[in-house]
Order: sequence, then C-alpha cells, then structure tokens
Amino acid sequence: MFSRYANPMRFMALSQPLMWGALAIGLGLTSYGIYQGLFVVPADFRQGDAARIMFVHVPSAWMSMGAYVGMVIASVTSLVWRHVVADIAARATAVIGLAFTAVCLITGSIWGKPMWGAYWAWDPRLTAMLIQLLIYLAYLGLWAAIEDSNKAGRAAAILCIVGAVNIPIIRFSVEWTQSLHQGPSVIRDGGPAMDPLYLTPLLITALGFLGLLIAGTLAGMRADIYNRWTEATLARSQRPMTTAGA
Amino acid sequence: MKLGSALWALFGRDLSQAWAGGGGALLPMGFFVGAVTLAPLAIGTEIDRLLIAGPGVLWIALALATLLSAERLFQGELEDGSLDLLLLSGVPGYLWALVKALAHVVATGLPLVAVTPLLWMMLRLPFEGLPLAILALILGTISFQLIAAVAAALASGVRRGVLLIALIALPLFAPTAIFGAAACYAGVGLGGVTTGEGQTALLLLAALSLASVALCPFAAAAALKSAAE
Repeated sequence: MFSRYANPMRFMALSQPLMWGALAIGLGLTSYGIYQGLFVVPADFRQGDAARIMFVHVPSAWMSMGAYVGMVIASVTSLVWRHVVADIAARATAVIGLAFTAVCLITGSIWGKPMWGAYWAWDPRLTAMLIQLLIYLAYLGLWAAIEDSNKAGRAAAILCIVGAVNIPIIRFSVEWTQSLHQGPSVIRDGGPAMDPLYLTPLLITALGFLGLLIAGTLAGMRADIYNRWTEATLARSQRPMTTAGA
Repeated sequence: MKLGSALWALFGRDLSQAWAGGGGALLPMGFFVGAVTLAPLAIGTEIDRLLIAGPGVLWIALALATLLSAERLFQGELEDGSLDLLLLSGVPGYLWALVKALAHVVATGLPLVAVTPLLWMMLRLPFEGLPLAILALILGTISFQLIAAVAAALASGVRRGVLLIALIALPLFAPTAIFGAAACYAGVGLGGVTTGEGQTALLLLAALSLASVALCPFAAAAALKSAAE
C-alpha cells in the first residue's frame, strides 16, 4: 500500500487537492476555535484574560511533538524501505514543526510574564522544549550541509530517530519533576480535567492546526519535488555541453 | 577470538594514530586549559564567584573540547578508504564504532580529566570536592564522546563539519551536562534542589554514560555505512 505513494508522480497528482482541502479545513477550524477562545469563552477564574493564550500555546506544543513523531515514522520508513518520498516528507514536516515549536515557546514566554513574573525560567518542561527547537535546527542543518540528497536523507533520518529521546522527556517532564509548568490537564489518566467550555475550542483549534501542519507539509513536499525535478532536468541539459567543452 | 583480536588491533591502531603526527591529546588539552583560564578573567577572580561558576565552566569547556576533537574521529577513515575496509571486514559496525569511540575516549577524553586537578586548583575550588568531580568527569567524557561520535559520523561526509557536529551534539549533551555539573556542585557543597546529593546525580550520570555506550554505536555505524556508500 505504501509503495503506491512512493512514486512521486502519483504523489504529485494526489497531494494537490489534499493540500488545498487541508488548508481550507485548517484555516476554518483555526479561525473558529481561536475566535471562540478569544471572544466567546468567559475569562479564567484565576488567570483572567491571560489564559486565552492557551488556545494557541497548547495546540502548537502538540503540533511540535506530533510533527516530530511523524518525522520519526517517515525516517524509519525511509531507512527500511528507502522511500524518497518519506525523506521529502520528513524534511517538509520538520520546517512546519520548527515553526510550531517557536510559536509554542514564544506564546509560553508571553504567558509566563504575567503568571510567573518572568518571560523565561529554566524549568524542565521549558528547557526540554528549547532542546526540541535545537534538535529541529540540527535536523534541518544536517539536511542543508550534505549535498547528495540521498545521503542527506539517510543521515537526517538517523539523527531524527536519535533525537526522538527528547519527546518522552517533554511529555513527562512535568510529572517526574517539581515543575513550574502545570501538569497535563487534557491527555491524562482519568480523562481531561478541563471544563468542556474550554476543552471544545481547544480541541477545535488543535484540529485546525493539524490541518495547517498537513497543508504546510504537503506544500513543502511539492516544492521539494519540483526542485528535484528542476535540478534533474538542468543536470540532463548541461551534460552534453560539459562534455563538448571538455 | 578472531573478532576480539581484530577489535584490539583497531583499538591499538587508533591510539597510536592519535599520537602520531596530530599531537594526540595536546590540542584538546590546550583548548581545555585555555578555555578554563579565560573564565575567571571574564567572570571575576573572587573566590566566591569562582566557587559558583567553576564546576560549570569545567563542564562547558569539556563539552566544547569534545566537539572540537570529534571532527577527525571518522573523517580520515572516510577519506583514505579504511572505512570501506572496516565495512568489508565482517566485524559488526556497532562494535568497531564502539571501539573507535572508546579509543578516542582514552586518547583525548581521559587526558582532559587528567589536567582537571590543576584547573580545580586554579579555580580555587575546595579540594574535598575533587574526587567526586574526577569520577563525574570520567563518566561525563565517556557520554560526551559517544554522543559526539554519532554527530561526527553523521557529519563525516561534510567538509569542515565541526560546526555541524556542534549543532547536532550540543542539544544531546544536555542531560549529561545537567547531572555531571550537579554532581560536581554537590561535591563543593552547592547541591541543587532538584538533583539532591552528589550520589543521586552521579548515579544518573553513570546511567547516561552506560546508555550512551550501549546505544550510540548503532547510530554511528548506521551513519558511517550511509556516508561510505
């Protein structure tokens, strides 16, 4: 089933409507969820209006980790079955995942100032998320540094799997240690501890962000494949000239 | 038995090669001492400042010295073709990657630990903390070197890959640096709240070192196999 989509031609045909569909659904759900979170839902009992940043902060944290898990799956696929499309998918996902990680850190920092009195604290959860940002940067840096795209893809896939150790650290950093950051209140034993009034717009925004993640990844993959085709075409057209010149 | 002697030969070759021509551990040692010397000049030479900054400075300098020396770990082998011979030798990749990394620990990592007493004295740190610090630095240099070996293997096809090695390895150094420095601070009477006494930090550090020894060679060997193709 996988190998059907390892063919770039088939992927290009299928991904275009998928990308636009994901973008439309993502934009729609994101704007509805954020509108609900910012204007409709009542202010938090203790944190007031500041808690509304949760509707951006929490879904972007989920997307940061979800994107990385997706990259790990793509990397394993790439190493085991040598699928070029899996390499391209992992790289395109990393770009969007990096953006969501940055959004998560920035919104968390803005939220931290009124609640904790500081933009930044060297708390385990915050530090693990910052390390996640560095891992994304290292991953993309490795892709950029190796010229041969097949070798770059394999090296990046190995790094991606090595870097996966940080995902459980992020997840459990608030449970294993005394953390400034609050513990999990949505995905936890015994179900969500959040009122449905808040939970519903949060989950809608998360689904919207997922749509944006998928759309962005597909757009990046399509651009990458066009790029490779262009390079291949150029290489083909230049070969006779270089031999004639030599 | 044949496997064992092949691995011993590789270990011995790497050790002698480290000292032949390249100056062996002298360059990373010089860097280590130089970086630590710069710290009091930048931070201030008062004894209470050095007590707070000193152990951390040692760990940062150790991490950077490891990164700088990691670049040559596999690059020479890739260039002169001996990596292909290793791949053809039938010895499992993770074994020779482990042996090469451990030879590198002995050749460049342990000499850094050996100059630590001198630096400890220069940083005017209390001597009762030194044994714990040396134990922590030995464990830490093993973990750092193994992680740096993975980064060096991933970057082995890249010219002047030292910055790339740093970019890959630094985030992965974080847990080792946390518990290593925590053990040293506990030794000088500045134990942290979260990491508790020196023993806890030291045990966690030992666990990290063992995990690095167990897991990193697989990633390094896979990366080298791909780079050599």
